[in-house]
Amino acid sequence: MANLSLKNVEKIYGGTVTVLKDIDLEIETGELIVFVGPSGCGKSTLLRMIAGLERITGGELDIDGMIVNEVPPAQRGIAMVFQSYALYPHMSVRDNMSFALKIAKMPKAEIDERVERAAKILQLDALLDRLPKALSGGQRQRVAIGRSIVRDPKVYLFDEPLSNLDASLRVATRIEIAQLKESMPDSTMIYVTHDQVEAMTLASRIVVLAGGGIAQVGTPLELYEKPENEFVAKFIGSPAMNLIPGEIIQTGAETHVRTKDGGEAISTVPTLPEDLGKTVNIGVRPEDLVAISDGGPFLYHGKIAITEALGEVTILYFHPDVEGRDAVIAKLPGIHKNMRGVDVKVTADPSKVHIFEDGQSLLYRDRPKKRITAGVH
Amino acid sequence: MENIAGKKPALIWAKNIAMAAMVLIWVIPTFGLLVSSFRDRDQISATGWWQAMLPVELTARARTGTEATPDGPLFRVEGNIFDDEEARSYFSGTPGDISAFGTRGAEPTTYPAGTTGDLGDGETLTVNADGSYVWITPEKPGSRGQRVYFAAESPPKLTLDNYRTVLSGDNMGRAFLNTLIVAVPATFIPILVAAFAAYSLAWMEFPIRGLLIAGIVGLLVVPIQLALVPVLNLHNDIGVGQSFVGIWLAHTGFGMPLAVYLLRNYMAGLPRDIIECARVDGATDFQIFTKIILPLSLPALASFAIFQFLWTWNDLLVAKVFLPSADEAKVMTVKIADDLLGSRGGDWGILAAAAFVSIAVPLGVFFSLQRFLVRGLLAGSVK
Repeated sequence: MANLSLKNVEKIYGGTVTVLKDIDLEIETGELIVFVGPSGCGKSTLLRMIAGLERITGGELDIDGMIVNEVPPAQRGIAMVFQSYALYPHMSVRDNMSFALKIAKMPKAEIDERVERAAKILQLDALLDRLPKALSGGQRQRVAIGRSIVRDPKVYLFDEPLSNLDASLRVATRIEIAQLKESMPDSTMIYVTHDQVEAMTLASRIVVLAGGGIAQVGTPLELYEKPENEFVAKFIGSPAMNLIPGEIIQTGAETHVRTKDGGEAISTVPTLPEDLGKTVNIGVRPEDLVAISDGGPFLYHGKIAITEALGEVTILYFHPDVEGRDAVIAKLPGIHKNMRGVDVKVTADPSKVHIFEDGQSLLYRDRPKKRITAGVH
Repeated sequence: MENIAGKKPALIWAKNIAMAAMVLIWVIPTFGLLVSSFRDRDQISATGWWQAMLPVELTARARTGTEATPDGPLFRVEGNIFDDEEARSYFSGTPGDISAFGTRGAEPTTYPAGTTGDLGDGETLTVNADGSYVWITPEKPGSRGQRVYFAAESPPKLTLDNYRTVLSGDNMGRAFLNTLIVAVPATFIPILVAAFAAYSLAWMEFPIRGLLIAGIVGLLVVPIQLALVPVLNLHNDIGVGQSFVGIWLAHTGFGMPLAVYLLRNYMAGLPRDIIECARVDGATDFQIFTKIILPLSLPALASFAIFQFLWTWNDLLVAKVFLPSADEAKVMTVKIADDLLGSRGGDWGILAAAAFVSIAVPLGVFFSLQRFLVRGLLAGSVK
């Protein structure tokens, strides 16, 4: 039950290799914050710094009003669930769960009570006397979570807890974690994942990390609907958002952009008169593209190179019009047969069209620009 | 799928054959030693152990009787050579046929059985295959009969005498106890020290850690003979002298590099997550060591304990140098080498029996610790 704040936190290895810098983040009690980002973006390192397993080389970490940079892990009031579960293999489930409490010299009666309670929540009652090797993957995962619940920590830290489970179990355990969070509304959780579905479904707020910094912080739908920059725009959502270069030809409450291919996009993103003539990228999600058959204005047109029929949707890949640029992708609901090679015109609702100048969304023109160097996965 | 690496039939055959060869190479001499330990000294020197179940041709000596009957100018002594007690003592069961005989120890088989040997001065001796003899002499025999040497087949003799000799040797119980007094602390002290050192070298961050590890690996190659004299001098200077404490210290020092190296490598291979998890759970380094690392390191601890116990139990050199030479401080190896073999040089039967007596305890140690050498101790922990 704690506020957690990071101020200008940075991590530099060996004085030269900067892994994280200028991390500013405020986390409120009861939030479930998800750190998401491509491999190597430093999300696990950040979590380990909060846990106290990595030294913080610059900035301040504050848990519940106390700066804990130099406080050992056990006294920070955190509990961590490791990617590999890290169960103690020679101890029964009960001993695994009570290990931390025994170390803290808690009275035996209270330890038993806490373990029983956590076991009940996680349906581990029948397994308490088993060794980890006699458990299935999902059960091991639940023991790892139970081990942190019994400690009743201020902050729960999850380091990619589902990545070792198979696909169906992952969905089930994801829902269990969501329910667990709901049953403990006051608990603060930080959850690291590279899976954007986990991020979107679990998070109260998502922190997108890229290139050693925070690309954007916001609720899942904020990130989806109003990405602050091209990185977040492409990282959240699948298939990734289409980016099409163009030039602003009309400014105001509605902005008109002419694309290089002769299409015209209208966006509800407001622009200033001095923006006229600027070179920008317009961003449209594949699912927001609508095929049109009449001769009206279109946003993009091209030949379909590949189609992927998934039943509920059909994904159309246009021929890339410029060598090396990502192909435009459209995701149409329902089944569309024989689309290959067909010339298709698409447009989009103005409220769904984003405009990025130099990587930064014009919706957030007041915010400082972020230099994101990491490639999109 | 038939040809996955490591599953090739040819490779399996090569492995099995190599394995069988190694087992044979080790088992055959051991078995030979075991057989020899039950054999009689004379039989060992006559035939190899693989012939232990066959009769052995032994040379025995005897004296004829002295009851002479006059035979013309000469005296005639008749009898059976096997009636003589000395002759009987060579043979374990019913002796076989005599093949040859003689009257001088240097040439015990001068005359074939059944022939008459001319002993000079008109004296003759005839010994038949069944042991009956006729000795004709010109002079009346005195109180001692004629010396006769002969070769006859003896049935195979298997006996526990060698074991009796070894076990009932002077102060043998004391020597056994001394060996235990040396070997047990000399096994546990290095394990205790090395386990702590190995944990810190594997999981604690401090400067010059890498250098220390390199130094320990370097010490692995130093022969202990190099250190015997300086260490003994040191012991004398600090007042430890030649004593049990001295040999414990010496064995501890000599075993330490291997112990630290072995345990550190094992501990460094334990999953980092478990240790970090314990740290987050609030365990101190000492608690991580005792509650997590030690139980998980049992296989490494057990294998080092086996190594170290075997080496200290069988050690002769260090015991010779660091223990006083008084009889009550002798360990079994010294006792066997000095007392049993020293006074009966080349007594293989005793050597073999002593080997099997002293191997019993290490075998017990091996089989009782073997259950700790298990795979899959980490199962269920990670992934």
